[in-house]
Amino acid sequence: MSAAVTLVDLVLSAVLIVLACSALAVRSLRQGIPLFISFGLLLALIWARLAAPDLAIAEAAIGAGLTGGLLMVSLRELPTAANAFAVRFSAGRVLVDLLTLILMVVFTYAFWSGLESNDGGRLVNDVSARLPESGVSNPVTAVLLNFRAYDTLLELAVLLAAVLGIRSVGAPFPGPGTANVMLSGLSNWIVPVLIVTGGYVLWAGADTPGGAFQAGAILAAALIMLRLNGHDVVQGIGLRAERVSLSCGVMGFLLVGGAVMLNDSVFLRYPTEWAGSLILVIEVLATMAITFSLANAFAAPPAGGPASV
Amino acid sequence: MFDEQVIYGLTGMLLFVVGLRGALLHPLLLGQIIAFNISGAGLFLTLVAVAYDGGASPADPVIHALVLTGIVVAISATAFALAIARRIRGNIND
Repeated sequence: MSAAVTLVDLVLSAVLIVLACSALAVRSLRQGIPLFISFGLLLALIWARLAAPDLAIAEAAIGAGLTGGLLMVSLRELPTAANAFAVRFSAGRVLVDLLTLILMVVFTYAFWSGLESNDGGRLVNDVSARLPESGVSNPVTAVLLNFRAYDTLLELAVLLAAVLGIRSVGAPFPGPGTANVMLSGLSNWIVPVLIVTGGYVLWAGADTPGGAFQAGAILAAALIMLRLNGHDVVQGIGLRAERVSLSCGVMGFLLVGGAVMLNDSVFLRYPTEWAGSLILVIEVLATMAITFSLANAFAAPPAGGPASV
Repeated sequence: MFDEQVIYGLTGMLLFVVGLRGALLHPLLLGQIIAFNISGAGLFLTLVAVAYDGGASPADPVIHALVLTGIVVAISATAFALAIARRIRGNIND
């Protein structure tokens, strides 16, 4: 049994590497990008194999789905096939290959000796010990939104900064197209299912794998499907609602973190009996912000030009 | 130290190096962006392999939270990079 499992692991790893190499080596990126999406989906399977179900959902939705979608949308406007593709032997290329080889050897040695030494001290025990006080029972959610809440706040700020950057610097996207019959028929089924699934994943994230980021990505996918059908929700909600929807994640987090200072005078230290509810409030606001931020990455700047944000 | 940790950890590092090589050598800007994403995925794979503790015991949730944050930051950076790439129309050789 164990040998068969190891064989499966080896095969999965080999396919992963082959997908990655071929995504970069094919002549045209029209083939390379679907290979990259497959790479992301296989990686999601590997997360599930490595006992990381939260990551599996997130990787499938965000890493493979949304990243792949962003790359596909950019296919139209960026060159996808180079004439001078396989640069023949040049000093630079040989140097890079040498660097690659040296790095691989160094990393292998470092990783191996790190695993061998195995100093113990796994944080899983500390997390499990304090999990009852955290307000949720999914350990990853507890770490994300309670023990390391500050990091999540900064992560939402990074997402907001990226959206601001995209809106101010990015070139305009072509507007939403007219949908054909099959796409609109499919969307009539998929969009409601996505909305319900997103809401469920958010709610279930407290006790089972799931959470705000996965839910935000699923809802963003729903908004993107709507846009593909010609209903641009992101553009259509108006400027004030747009600002609120993008910033409510960071703002909500700061407000909650500041409000609990009245109780304990430490930023983001939730009182234990309120922890579950506060986490839910933050997660709902974060989901909304993530949804609109990710959908914004797919959308065009407003008609007044980038400066009117 | 589990077999899975060794296999997936080394695979992750190989992916990092493959992505690094692609970022340096790929002639197209879009290809370089994809290569950075592959590098990032390789790093995440190595991290999660370290967090794995056998099927019976729970894996390290702090590392999982770190990788989840990493996935979201990676797509933010990719989206921004693509926006800039579209603005310069992929002309990295000017």
